[in-house]
Amino acid sequence: MKQIADWALNVATLRGATYADARLVDDRSRALATKNGKVGNASDSESLGIGVRVIANGAWGFAASDNLSRQAIEETAARAVAVAKASAQVKQQDVRLAPEKPVTAEWTTPHEIDPFTISVEQNLDLLFKIDQELTSVPGVTLAETNLNFRREEQWFVSSEGSNIHQTKYSTGTGYAAYAFAGNDIQKRSYPASYGGQWQNKGYELIDELNLLENARRIGEEAVALHKAEQCPEGVFTIILDSSQLGLQIHESIGHPIELDRVLGMEANFAGTSFLTLDKLRKLSYGSELVTVVADARQEHGPGLGTFAFDEEGVPAQCTPIITNGLFTGYLSSRETAHTIGANRSGGTLRAESWNRLPIIRMTNISILPGKTPLSLEQLIAGTDHAIFMQTNRSWSIDDKRYNFQFGTEIGWEVKSGKRTRMLKNCSYSGITTDFWNSMDAICSRDEWTLWGTPNCGKGQPQQVMGTGHGAAPARFSNIKVGSAYKGK
Amino acid sequence: MLTKDQASVIFDKIKKHSSADEVEALFYGGHSALTRFANNTIHQNVAEEHYGVSVRTVFNGRTARASTNKLDEESLRRVVQASESLARVQHPDPDLLPMPNSGEGARGAQAIPKRHFEQTAAITPDQRALGVEKMVGIAKTHKLTAAGIFATSETIEGIFNSRGASGWHTQTSSDISVTMLASDSSGWQKANSPNVENLDLVTLAETAARKALESASPREIPAGKYTVILEPAAVLDIVGFMFYDFGGMAILDQRSFLNNRVGTRIFGENINIGDDVAHPLQSGAPFDGEGVRRQGVQLVEKGVVKRLVHARATAEKLKKSEHKDKVGPIEPTGHGFPLPNEMGEAPTNIVFGAPDHPKTVDQMIASTERGVLVTRLWYIREVDPYEKILTGMTRDGTFYLENGKIRHGVRNFRFNESLLHMLSSVEEMGKPVRASGEESFDMVVPPMKVREFNFTEVTKF
Repeated sequence: MKQIADWALNVATLRGATYADARLVDDRSRALATKNGKVGNASDSESLGIGVRVIANGAWGFAASDNLSRQAIEETAARAVAVAKASAQVKQQDVRLAPEKPVTAEWTTPHEIDPFTISVEQNLDLLFKIDQELTSVPGVTLAETNLNFRREEQWFVSSEGSNIHQTKYSTGTGYAAYAFAGNDIQKRSYPASYGGQWQNKGYELIDELNLLENARRIGEEAVALHKAEQCPEGVFTIILDSSQLGLQIHESIGHPIELDRVLGMEANFAGTSFLTLDKLRKLSYGSELVTVVADARQEHGPGLGTFAFDEEGVPAQCTPIITNGLFTGYLSSRETAHTIGANRSGGTLRAESWNRLPIIRMTNISILPGKTPLSLEQLIAGTDHAIFMQTNRSWSIDDKRYNFQFGTEIGWEVKSGKRTRMLKNCSYSGITTDFWNSMDAICSRDEWTLWGTPNCGKGQPQQVMGTGHGAAPARFSNIKVGSAYKGK
Repeated sequence: MLTKDQASVIFDKIKKHSSADEVEALFYGGHSALTRFANNTIHQNVAEEHYGVSVRTVFNGRTARASTNKLDEESLRRVVQASESLARVQHPDPDLLPMPNSGEGARGAQAIPKRHFEQTAAITPDQRALGVEKMVGIAKTHKLTAAGIFATSETIEGIFNSRGASGWHTQTSSDISVTMLASDSSGWQKANSPNVENLDLVTLAETAARKALESASPREIPAGKYTVILEPAAVLDIVGFMFYDFGGMAILDQRSFLNNRVGTRIFGENINIGDDVAHPLQSGAPFDGEGVRRQGVQLVEKGVVKRLVHARATAEKLKKSEHKDKVGPIEPTGHGFPLPNEMGEAPTNIVFGAPDHPKTVDQMIASTERGVLVTRLWYIREVDPYEKILTGMTRDGTFYLENGKIRHGVRNFRFNESLLHMLSSVEEMGKPVRASGEESFDMVVPPMKVREFNFTEVTKF
């Protein structure tokens, strides 16, 4: 692969590139799903190709191809340079890259069991057992399960001398039960909604999640929601479970800290950010209990944002994003680091595959757990009145990441330290900084989970990326609840 | 470009490697390029070429799929083997039908307009840069900052199966999207066409600039129920969330808001919606994921849902189900997704019927005593699947209207609106146009004036 990359880099340099890198990616995935006792999906996919990124005349160009013949590689590199020279016709200033020491490295996601070694029969057997548990509950009208595995092998070679070979494994699984009755469709999911839990792990993740053990409860809750009362509208204390808090972090911290958004580079699609550069180290983002990091390092855990090097050869790092409530850091790249006075990239440039230009993406954006031991049950026991909301059902936020609204699949009213009546159609909304400043409790490490969001969309052409979000259940005061159904 | 003849040769090799009862190959790919600009600078500029094949095999009611972008002999052998390995270990599915033969695949074929244009296929990075330069020039003239894309592509989509059905479609596409930013306001426009010469980038950029300038210094007005005028892109992005419920499989799964509602009036009498791949403003291949020709289907007539779309297996299953008398005519319509899948089918060539007395957006504004003009909606998600309540934000050009005139820009709203309510509350409509947004597939939709649209919150800009 190094030889193939060198063909590209040589041509790019000869054509006038002042910087070039080539990424060869060999991607393999498997998707299995069931629906109401039948196979819903059984598919394998593989994709191999090269993406060549260059700077010429002070501007970026990128070209990609899945033809790995020498002639095609050289044409692809030449095309990247031609594209860069076209870019240079409309520029304000030359691209500047923060310096980065070239490295030669090998890295593979730590994993115990290569998920592709597990037989399809075994996988389907598990899914069918879960399906059977879900559909055995009277009132469940639709049961869906899924298992997904991916192996992404990448070779990164740059004109500065880097030569990095990384192999990432990820595994994802989950299921959902739907109950339709009257004029209402209710749904419960496990371990989280929209695909379940995903991590950079092998098949061992499946064994850790107690999937089968929870299936009947999930089915029963989906049906029970039909008899639950509507979530009230008003201002309440709320407690969020860790998976919902993970998505809250994703939307209201992870995206606004992306420096490309802040600098206007995503203005036409994903949007910009309220976190203008003047707010760095000045804005009170949250209460003193809120400490958030962007941590791509292996020691943070097996998140979908864990790697050894990003897609421009920068080592994985931990960047303090919010420190005891104070806004302290952005997600940056070699091109953008100088705008915040940094002399090095934060190492967050990532690409969906070989045919996409790397852009700034979340790594693992995680809130640190509370230091004082606090379980979810203890948190509830210490709460006079609140609504405990669990498992995301809907999510939406404006294009500067101020105003958000989330719905959850299920909720419970907490009264005098006890979980009481079940509530359906729960939603809450607010303004990002007001929300995080209202956090008055967070559970400790035992309740902390590193969730995976496999479907984050950004960029044009759009790229889907997996991100990680460590979170523990937390409590927020004076939150607007129930706006989603207001006026209905 | 990969040609149909080349694909046919590849399919012969696939058949040779397969021992399955039936085999099907989907071909996809092409070349595409996208020039992206922001801060009046081209900051990302990409080009790509790729081709792939996806192989489905069937053994006695068991089916699976494997895909690769490696088209050499050994890789084809392996992709067939991967598909067969996945298929063999399954339990037979009694609902799986034999693949369509050539007669069934071609039944009801209708001619579609030309969707491949050399001038789009041949556009160069320099030409795209020149287009961007013009849009940036308009931004600078108005002391604004421009961001956007200028994208072009030439793609193929093909299908062959061992029972003789086949389909081949080549298409070009061009997209321009532009956002003009002022210090506290913005304006946006987007257009898409198979023929790049149909894209008027100057008008798009000038309109986006005018919206940014006219919405400067936005004022906050309270959330509440307003008469709104939704421009076509806003209509497209919100209504797009309901069409995946217009498939027979969604009814069988009881996840559709149309369960128990087909045949009843759920929208206003002025709402007519069809699915028509042959419409001159539509795009896409005239066959579905099994190679069955897409039929024109009138989904909604005078506010009543009359018909749904059906993949072959869905139609067979639905005919035997408890729902069979409650969903209108049940026949395969050529809207199935590639098998195996969990979703079944959906109409994706949506065309709204023209109103008897179409109004321009300006005429709608002139007849509005108090209301809000919406350019674009954003981050739309489903809050309630059966009442079809959707939430989302306004974005890039939201205006307060009073006494028939645009008065000023307003801070953006969050809405929580039921599509059942919205499409029952349409007071006026314009001529349907091909619209392009970011939340849904492109459609032919009109601008709409809607009463009592439910804004529930205001954001800070």
